[in-house]
Amino acid sequence: MSALAEMPSRNYELLSKDGAGELLEVAMGPHHPSTHGVFRMDVVLDGERVVKLKPVFGYLHRNHEKIAEGTSYLGSMPYTDRLDYFCSLTNNWAYALAVEKLAGLQVPERAEYIRVITAELTRLQNHACLIGFLVQDMGASGTPLMYAFREREKILDLFESLTGARMMCNYMRFGGCRCDLPDGWLAQAQKVVDEFPKFIDEFENFLSGNEILMSRTQGVGVLSRELAINAGITGPMLRAAGVDYDLRKVDKYGLYDRFQFRVPLGDHGDVFDRYMIRVLEMRESVKILEQALATILPGPIVDPKTKLRGFRPKAGEAYGRIEAPKGELGFYLISDGSPNPYRYRVRPPSLINLTVLEDMCLGQMIADAVIILGSVDIVLGEVDR
Amino acid sequence: METLDQIKLRIETAVPGAIVGILPNDSPSAQCSLWVSREHGRAVAELLRADANLKLDYCSNATGIDWPEAELTEKIKVKQVVDGVEKEVEEVKRTLRPGCLEVVYHLYSMEKKHGPVILRMRTGNRADQVHLPSLTPVWRSCEFQEREIYDLYGLVFDGHPDLRRILMWDGFQDFPMRKDYVGRDDYEYEPTPHDELLEKAKLHQAGEVKK
Repeated sequence: MSALAEMPSRNYELLSKDGAGELLEVAMGPHHPSTHGVFRMDVVLDGERVVKLKPVFGYLHRNHEKIAEGTSYLGSMPYTDRLDYFCSLTNNWAYALAVEKLAGLQVPERAEYIRVITAELTRLQNHACLIGFLVQDMGASGTPLMYAFREREKILDLFESLTGARMMCNYMRFGGCRCDLPDGWLAQAQKVVDEFPKFIDEFENFLSGNEILMSRTQGVGVLSRELAINAGITGPMLRAAGVDYDLRKVDKYGLYDRFQFRVPLGDHGDVFDRYMIRVLEMRESVKILEQALATILPGPIVDPKTKLRGFRPKAGEAYGRIEAPKGELGFYLISDGSPNPYRYRVRPPSLINLTVLEDMCLGQMIADAVIILGSVDIVLGEVDR
Repeated sequence: METLDQIKLRIETAVPGAIVGILPNDSPSAQCSLWVSREHGRAVAELLRADANLKLDYCSNATGIDWPEAELTEKIKVKQVVDGVEKEVEEVKRTLRPGCLEVVYHLYSMEKKHGPVILRMRTGNRADQVHLPSLTPVWRSCEFQEREIYDLYGLVFDGHPDLRRILMWDGFQDFPMRKDYVGRDDYEYEPTPHDELLEKAKLHQAGEVKK
């Protein structure tokens, strides 16, 4: 095929031997512990400064989209858990939302409440752990991460009692949820939510005013507002650059227009802002959870018009997106009227947020490149799909 | 936000020669899209981003789609005179859809908080006319997504700053997301293939041995 002839033979480039400076080419990864999985950064260093950085992906690629095109609509639902395996419930929601748009299904109020509650719990544990990983990348080995994992365990216990699984929840269904809340779940969730601000206070007490953390993160990896918009950065990274764009406010999907919460914004766009935005977002999520847990009412949890077996949406297409903890997670589906999608596309926030990795790292120390990558918040299951 | 008809009209006046069509969407999502001729794709994209009313500064999603050549069948009712009596007879109408590769962009505005405007472009065929203009110079968010489409569909984006494979490895020879792609089986990666195995692999690639 003619396209093949134009393909360069290598995925990397060799430095010319006759260059003057002492440039060093380093392949960081794919098994480097700071890359959060199997991800490689091909870095060119001048001393300790980064002069070039090319991300290399694909080590975890299993062609999720092709597999989904070969299976039924519902058959892909458990597989969406494996995209961003930290936040399986938001992945479920994004996929369910896209299919509901495609097939025109209505979601009952109680199911929407459960979706909001589980999504915000997911956001809490994702942000807490991300901060733990970020601080670990800076050298605070273990301890802050384990504090975050202690809180995550409580939330995973809630997920387990609701869905039967701690990480691979497979909980949402088109037009609702799979099962109703078990007895006593809301009281247990209330207890976790009530105790969470104490943990954030404790965490912040150790970290936010910490001199080492501030000197490592402030002014490092600055991302400008204009570049962030143009490069399609979403989620906490975008808001740290000062752009007010949160899909919970813009699209008002689910029931988010019913709850009072604010969208925290940064003004420097550096790693510290990205850390701080996540702390503030956790506080806002706690507010949403308090309101949702206080107002949830009994009712049906699935649209009676939904057909689980033999589900065939009319021919057409739909793009559904939600504010996942890592950014905008979208699903684009094309139906040709058959039981499986003709085209199934995941818009992965982690991958697109990496577009500006080189721009943020140029001129920084190599040790800072590690924390800049940490502040992007990637999960390789989603980057490589 | 303006309707697609208004946007279409504005594109046609601002970009002379551009052919713009509106693709209907019958599903409940009602997300209709704009189809643009590939020669003018870049100019249209720049217009949509710069236009004061639209300000589509954010390209959320870029998708490749493979449309292999297919025979579409449609049942229509035709009046025919059978044995002197007029009757309504069902007739199958066959149309040949030429094959092509398509790329879809979902555009939003972060400033005005509206969208999506869906932009589509198509290649001439699936074999030798697989070039489309890259929109990465307009929206940087397309950089990795267009690389992914190139990698998985074999669609070449002219003007892309760094068009290489992204998910598959460098020596890989095929485009896995195409509908007619036959995946290799484990035995085809045998380091010292022998005749029997090569024969089996040939059958497999021809689609005669199911996975």
